[in-house]
Amino acid sequence: MNEVMTNLNLAAAIPELIMAIGGMLLLMVGVFGDEKVTGRVTLLTAFLLVVTLIATLAGPGKATAFNGMFLVDSYGRFMKSLVLIGSLSAVAMSGPYMKREGLERFEYPVLIVFAALGMMMMISAGSLLSLYVGLELQSLSLYVLAAFARDQERSTEAGLKYFVLGALSSGMLLYGISLIYGFTGTVEFSGIADILGASEAGASLGLLVGIVFLVAGLAFKVSAVPFHMWTPDVYEGAPTPVTAFFAIAPKIAAMALFLRVILTAFNGVADDWQQLIIFISVGSMILGAFAALVQSNIKRLMAYSSIGHVGYALIGLAAGTQAGVQAVLVYMAIYLTMTVGAFAAILRMRGPDGMVEDIDDLAGLARTRPMLALALGIFMFSLAGIPLLAGFFGKWYIFVAAVKADLVPLAIIGLVTSVVGAVYYLRIVKVMYFDEPVASFEKPEGRLLSVVMTVTAALNSPLSFVLIYPLAAAAGIAAASLVS
Amino acid sequence: MGAALNSPSSPWGEGRGEGESVMTIGLEHYLTVAAILFTLGIFGIFLNRKNVIIILMSVELMLLAVNINFVAFSVFLNDLVGQVFAMFVLTVAAAEAAIGLAIVVIYFRNRGSIAVEDINRMKG
Repeated sequence: MNEVMTNLNLAAAIPELIMAIGGMLLLMVGVFGDEKVTGRVTLLTAFLLVVTLIATLAGPGKATAFNGMFLVDSYGRFMKSLVLIGSLSAVAMSGPYMKREGLERFEYPVLIVFAALGMMMMISAGSLLSLYVGLELQSLSLYVLAAFARDQERSTEAGLKYFVLGALSSGMLLYGISLIYGFTGTVEFSGIADILGASEAGASLGLLVGIVFLVAGLAFKVSAVPFHMWTPDVYEGAPTPVTAFFAIAPKIAAMALFLRVILTAFNGVADDWQQLIIFISVGSMILGAFAALVQSNIKRLMAYSSIGHVGYALIGLAAGTQAGVQAVLVYMAIYLTMTVGAFAAILRMRGPDGMVEDIDDLAGLARTRPMLALALGIFMFSLAGIPLLAGFFGKWYIFVAAVKADLVPLAIIGLVTSVVGAVYYLRIVKVMYFDEPVASFEKPEGRLLSVVMTVTAALNSPLSFVLIYPLAAAAGIAAASLVS
Repeated sequence: MGAALNSPSSPWGEGRGEGESVMTIGLEHYLTVAAILFTLGIFGIFLNRKNVIIILMSVELMLLAVNINFVAFSVFLNDLVGQVFAMFVLTVAAAEAAIGLAIVVIYFRNRGSIAVEDINRMKG
């Protein structure tokens, strides 16, 4: 009995236990509350996320739980912190929008809690089984969130599309997992790594097919080319706060999972998967840069932009070195601040007939709402990777890691596509600052939204010169715990 | 790896009398059936232009193909993990079907149709 408890080691999973129990309690509060319960549940959700963040940061340095299925290390801690901060800002940003659109229901924060719990499970996964369960907990919550505006045609269509393609990707992932299990005889990452390290012949054909299916399933979840088709439609159709959440937390969690499973379980067969990663990375960068040029809806534009950013982050995975992992961690942290800020700005723009989503309607924003235009300008410059802003440092770390790992062509393609990508980011700045005003903007509501926007704008401003060093140091420690 | 798959302790390969030409059903047959079912599932999703319910059925088909894989490997490797995994897949598949049907219902309420070719509000 004692041995069972030691192997279980529940203490290592305290943050997840807090989230799980807290989420179920919130559900009870919501179900038995009166009609004013939404505000209370939202507040409690924010509190729960903060408590979990503290518990995560205060957790043990390195531990395993559930017989090695659940890993706690500084890599997981770093990524979980990003996911929790992203979820917290998604909850904080939703208030005014949900009220106006009549979507103020307590299920929204509760679903975010369960999705975030799934993401934390994914990040801590130590075997293919816990990977699958975490991923599904996340995905099932996200399907519902996408269709959250259940009386709007576009939102339900987004939910339906996301569900069908998400289920397809889960199926492919599972098929890959079943082949990997069959040809190695284990589902634990460390066990797979041992078997691959012991065999001299490298991966067998069945195992290779398994790895390809696994990578395809994970590429769906991070929305990398050629599995990106769902992203623009889902981003456009879902309610804007949900889109913001989609762009932030699941991306970071899926990226964390991608890195962990590839670099810990399959490090022995790096030659086999490196080509695949390079292919999807180049494809994502090119598509993200060129397809975004013709978009007129700012949410669709953010979708293509996120595809491009995933491409850059995958360069770090293709490098497969400690510097590469560190670069990915830095990139995802900066991506978090850029995306949260950009969506906070989008959520603050509202015309007389609803949300402003068309890029042409942003004309003359600098004259009517100068501070908002300035903040959105900073985010666009930062997303484009213009020097002095945070986004530049993210790309810098990635390209340096690529060059060090002898992937110079990949770094060059990255540079070229970021120049092309800069065109459409700068187009928004041009429309805001140099075009004649056409639409009138209403006074934005929501103090929280403006706080989020101001803080992220400050983080992305040249102030990031100071902040990048502690961030890189923390990412370095986290990367060392994953790849040594 | 390879040796484990051809170990003599495997449950298939016994019960064959001398001189009988009865085909033995080995791991490859199970894997082939699973691969065919899985491919059918994928084609069902992409080639079907009629009805979203058929897509849900195809997804289910894919997951069950995976389960056949898991159980076959599990018996062959003499390892219980595969069967445990199959249980998890079944459970998650039930939850997924519930959510999928719920989304189809709200979509039908808004649109009055669940034909695949009508799902085109947004072009992507």
